Amino acid sequence: MELVLAISIATLAGSGVWLLLRPRTYQVIVGLSLISYAVNLFIFSMGRLRHDAAPVLSGQTGNLADYADPVPQALVLTAIVIGFATTALFLVVLLASRGLTGTDHVDGREPE
Amino acid sequence: MRTLIFRTAAPYLSSLMLLFSVFVLLRGHNEPGGGFIGGLIAASAFAILGIAYGAPAVRRAMYFHPMAISGFGLFLSALSGLLSYAFRVPFLTGLWTSVHVLGVEVDLSTVMFFDIGVYLVVVGSITSIALALEEREDG
Amino acid sequence: MAGESAKAVDVAGAMITGPVPAVDWLIVAPVLIPLVFGALLLMFRHEMRWHGIVALIGLAALVGADAALLSRVLEHGPLSMTMGSWLPPFGISFTADALGATFALTAGIVAFVCAIFALRDIDVSGRRYGFYPFLMLMMTGVSGAFLTGDIFNLYVWFEVFVISSFGLLVLGSERAQIDGATKYAILNLVGTTLFLIATAYLYGTFGTLNMADIARKAQTISEAAPLMTLATLYLLAFGMKAAAFPVNFWLPASYHTPRIVAAALFGGLLTKIGIYALLRTLVMLFPVERAILADLIGWVAVATMILGVLGALAQSDTRRVFGFLVISGVGVMMAGLALGTETGLSGTIFYAAHSMLIMTALYLLAGVMKEMGGSFSLHELSGLYRASPLLTGIALLLALAIAGLPPASGLWPKVLLVKAAVDANAWWLAGAILLTGFLTTIAMGRIFLFAFWRDAPAKGVAKVFDPATAARPVVGQGVLVVLTVPIVLLGVFPEPVIRVANMAAAGLLHSSAYINAVFPAGGG
Repeated sequence: MELVLAISIATLAGSGVWLLLRPRTYQVIVGLSLISYAVNLFIFSMGRLRHDAAPVLSGQTGNLADYADPVPQALVLTAIVIGFATTALFLVVLLASRGLTGTDHVDGREPE
Repeated sequence: MRTLIFRTAAPYLSSLMLLFSVFVLLRGHNEPGGGFIGGLIAASAFAILGIAYGAPAVRRAMYFHPMAISGFGLFLSALSGLLSYAFRVPFLTGLWTSVHVLGVEVDLSTVMFFDIGVYLVVVGSITSIALALEEREDG
Repeated sequence: MAGESAKAVDVAGAMITGPVPAVDWLIVAPVLIPLVFGALLLMFRHEMRWHGIVALIGLAALVGADAALLSRVLEHGPLSMTMGSWLPPFGISFTADALGATFALTAGIVAFVCAIFALRDIDVSGRRYGFYPFLMLMMTGVSGAFLTGDIFNLYVWFEVFVISSFGLLVLGSERAQIDGATKYAILNLVGTTLFLIATAYLYGTFGTLNMADIARKAQTISEAAPLMTLATLYLLAFGMKAAAFPVNFWLPASYHTPRIVAAALFGGLLTKIGIYALLRTLVMLFPVERAILADLIGWVAVATMILGVLGALAQSDTRRVFGFLVISGVGVMMAGLALGTETGLSGTIFYAAHSMLIMTALYLLAGVMKEMGGSFSLHELSGLYRASPLLTGIALLLALAIAGLPPASGLWPKVLLVKAAVDANAWWLAGAILLTGFLTTIAMGRIFLFAFWRDAPAKGVAKVFDPATAARPVVGQGVLVVLTVPIVLLGVFPEPVIRVANMAAAGLLHSSAYINAVFPAGGG
C-alpha cells in the first residue's frame, strides 16, 4: 500500500509541476489542482497508513491501537475546502482575464 | 443547454437538492454530512437552475445577494462562537440546551448554529462564483 | 446525544472544566472584531455610504483590542487560549507573545490609516466590488496569523488573507490588475502548497501542530528526525511569502497594479507576515537548524537587499520603485534572522514594525503625488515642491526614514542590526546593510529630484499639471501627516520600542515563557 501511495503522490506532483510550467492558464489551474491532490495524499499518509481503522471513537473507550489518527483527516478536509475555494476564485479571475485579453496565455498576450 | 426536457426538470431537481442539502446539513451532526457538504449541494442546485434559466433568473429567485447570504453565515458562525463568552468558557465551546416544541424534545447547540453558518457561507460564496462563471459564458 | 458520549468517554484529561477569565478573550478579539465587521459589511453590501464609517469603527476597535492585548502581554507575559474548551495540544491554541502582539498592533494601525485614506480614494465602483469587506477579512487573516499558536491554523490564516488580498488586487477588474493578480495568485498558491507540505511533514515527525508543543519536543527529539528538511522547507515557503531573493519575482509583477490603498496595505503588511512566520518557525521551533542555515540566510539577505534596491534605482514608476524598496527591506530583516542573536532579532522586529508604517506611507505618498501631479511616472512628474511644501516635507522625512537616516524611525533598527553584525564578526552583512541604506538614499533622491525639485518635465514629455492650479488632496496629506508622526516619534524616542523588541526577541530565543503560557505547570 505504501508503494502505491508513494507512486501516486509522485505521479500527481510530477504531472502537476509539469502543467504548472505550461504557458496556458487552464493548464496552470489543473496543475495547481493536481499538486494540491498530491499534497492532500501526503498529509493523509503522515498519519501513518492504517487498514480497517476508524478515526472516530465509537461510543466505548477502546484501545488506541484500534483507531486511525483523526488529525490528518481533519487537515486534509480543511486543505480540500481551501483548495476548492481558491481554485474557484482563480477560475473566475482567469475567465475575466480571458475575456479582457482574448487569450489564455499566462502573460495576457501571445508570444511573438 | 436550454432544452425543453432540462428546463422542465431543473426546478424539480433543484428543489429536491435544496431539501436534501438541509437534510445533509442537519445529519452532519453525528454522521457524515455537515455544513460544507450541504452547502455545496445547495450551491449546485442553484448552479443547475442557472444553467437552465440563466443567472439573472437565479439572482431574482434567491432574492438576497449570494455574498450577503455568505456574510450572514459568517456572522452567525462568529456569533455562535461568541456565545461562549457569556458562559465563561473558551471561544467556540459547544453549548447545549434542549427545548420542548409541541411535545417533542429538540436538542439545540451552538455547534449546530455554527454549522448552519458554514452552510450559508458555502451556499453564498460558491453560488456567487458559479453565477459569475455562468454569466461570463452567456455574455 | 452529547450527554451519551460524554458518559462513555472520560474527557476530563482532554478538556478545560473550570471557567476562563474574561481577560483571555483579548487574544481572540483582534480576530473576531474584523471578522464580525467584515460579515456585517458583506450582509449590507448595498449600503455603500456606510461602509467606510463602519469599517473605521471596526478598525478602531481592532486597534484598541490590539493595544490592550499588547499592554497585557508586556505586563504579564504571553497569553493563551485554546478553542472549544479542549486542552492543548488537542484544541487549536491562540497564543500571543510580545512579537505577535506588536506586529498585530502595528498592522491594525496601518489598516486604520489606510481605511481613512480609502474614504476618498475608493470610489463607488470600488465599494461595490467590496473593498471594505475584503479589507476587514484580510485583517482577520493578518491578525489570526500573528496570534495563532497552531501551525496548521497559521496556514488557514495565510489562505484567508491571500484570498482577501486577491479580492483587493482585482478591484475594478482592469487588464493590468488581472494580469498582476494572475501571477500573484499562482506564485502565492505555490508558496502555500510548500507550507502545507512542510506542515504535513512536521506533523508526521512530531505528532503535534501546536507550536508550543513543537518547541518543547524539538529540544528532546532524536537526532534522526528530519528537522533540517523541515527548516529548509519552511525557509523556502516563508521566504516566498516574504519576497526574499530568489523567490521574490511575484512582488514586482503585481504590486504596482492595484488601487494605491490596496498596494499600500500589501506593501505594508503581507511580506511582514512572511518575516513573522520565518521568525516563529526558524528561531523558536528550529533554533539549531537555523544556526546551520545561518550563512545561507545571510547571503539570501544580502542578495535580497542589494538587488532590491538596485531594482528600485532602475525604475521610473514610483509604485515600482517602492515595490523594490519593500524587497530591499525584507533583505534587511532577513539579516537579523541570519545573525540570530538577541540584538539582531530585536533589530529585525523593530525594522518590521518600522517597515509596515513606512512602506504604507510611501505607497500613499505615491497616491497623493499621482493625485496632485497627475502621474506615477518620474518622467512626467515635476514641480511638486511649489505645489505643496507640506507634501515635500513629509516626503523628505519618509525618504530619511526608509534610508535609515536620523531623525526618522529607520535609523535605530539598522543601528541594532549593524551592531549585531559587527558583534558576530559578520562585516559583510554590516557592510551590505550600510550600502543598501546609501543606495536607498539615491533611489529616494531621484524621486525628489524629478518629482519635487524639477520645474518642468524633460523636453518631449507633455506637462500634465500646473503647480498653481494643482489639486491639494486634504485627506491624503492629512493621512500622511498622521503616518509620519509615529515614524518620526519612533526615530526620536526609540527606547520603548527597542525595549519591546528586545522582549519579543528574548521571548523567541527562550521560548519557556511561551510554552508555559500554553501548558501551565509543564502539564499536558
